[in-house]
Amino acid sequence: MSLIESPRKVEDAIYDRLLPSGEGWTYELQPGQVLRIIDLEGNQAVDTLFYDADNLEDHYSAVATITGQHNLYLTTGTVLRAESGKALMRIVADTCGRHDTIGGACSAQSNGVRYDRSLEWMHNCRDTFMLQLSRYDDRLQKRDLAPNINFFMNVPVAPDGSLEFADGISAPGRYVELESLAHTLVLISNCPQLNNPCNAYNPTPIRLVIWEN
Amino acid sequence: MQIIWSKTLRPGGKWSGIVGRGRLLRFTALEPGANLSMLLYNAWNPCERYNMPDTLKAQHTAFLTMGNVLMSDNGRVMASIVADSLGWHDTISGYTSRQDIDQKYGVTRYQDQRNDWLRSGQENFAVELVRNGLTLRDLVPPVNLFAKVSVDDDGQLIFHENHCPQGGQVTLRTDMDLLLILSNTPNPLDPRSIYPSTSIQLDIFPANPIEPDDICVTHCPENQRAFENTWEYYALRNS
Repeated sequence: MSLIESPRKVEDAIYDRLLPSGEGWTYELQPGQVLRIIDLEGNQAVDTLFYDADNLEDHYSAVATITGQHNLYLTTGTVLRAESGKALMRIVADTCGRHDTIGGACSAQSNGVRYDRSLEWMHNCRDTFMLQLSRYDDRLQKRDLAPNINFFMNVPVAPDGSLEFADGISAPGRYVELESLAHTLVLISNCPQLNNPCNAYNPTPIRLVIWEN
Repeated sequence: MQIIWSKTLRPGGKWSGIVGRGRLLRFTALEPGANLSMLLYNAWNPCERYNMPDTLKAQHTAFLTMGNVLMSDNGRVMASIVADSLGWHDTISGYTSRQDIDQKYGVTRYQDQRNDWLRSGQENFAVELVRNGLTLRDLVPPVNLFAKVSVDDDGQLIFHENHCPQGGQVTLRTDMDLLLILSNTPNPLDPRSIYPSTSIQLDIFPANPIEPDDICVTHCPENQRAFENTWEYYALRNS
């Protein structure tokens, strides 16, 4: 795993925002703009989806991204593709090392299945996604939610095909930086998961910084 | 056992239809090297559909075999794998695009090849999604029956070429009323330069009622809870 730092300075940014855990965020990036997601306290999962903002029906595709690069993990150089194959974003810097795209977002129902059915009341990423979609554009519906990216999550798959949510490999201040290759809508749920030790049961804020390239 | 219905999917073939719960779908590879891409939707509420991450993380696996279930994004069991001669079905490599097919096998068109032109997974899915009132926005990662794709420690994808022999067989039980969409098109990672000429037989039987010791229900506590969600859904739907 190679760690690539960014030359960009926060003081040159056009946007700088703290996003508490459990909250959502949408933003339309213009081609060439660069988004940095900073894991402020370490091992916070940032559940993220991308849409072609010129064709909202074309959502991020985990499988097009994975097969496009012949690799399961995301890091510097990865091109994030939509279901149509369109290149939406490219990871241009990464001080964490790798990111997951098959672990998906927590939901009330998946918390019930994975841990205990009595936990369905707990706040979860898919609720955040749906609330954000409802506020953003009424053309977007539940059907537009697809398997997402979990930045800073470590979900290793062994050669025998077993999968686990492992201890995180991120740390306070690590970040991933993405250049928009198209007019791209970003949808984030800063994960509120309290049942999975991956974040030490402590969901934390993230920082979102945007530059004109 | 009495076969309710049979279908042979030719190379490049596709099919969609509603299959009620309580059926067995037995898929047989009539030649080696098969790949059948499959999408599942709740027949009566298609915004509920097969969800790759929820399926994988609940069962701590990146592939599917006997004992595993296919879960929806609403935490329910849509279908369960009750028999499998192969041991591995791919969940992470997706489907082919027109560009993939043209690049790998050469450009084909109906005008030149008539019905021997080579179909892509994405176009097959598009036709069957639209036929059922859905669109490409409803496309999500499918299951690729008969294909094995593993990853090494660095995450590099490994396609196992000789995984599916002639006669390879997998049987799914429907646990919900499903809209099933099938595309008999190559796995995107299949390195062969000749379009796989592999027919797949689908035979549908009635399933026996689920017993308490069912191999898929008892596979793990997560599966038990997902089945409870499915049974609750049907208790509310039509008791």
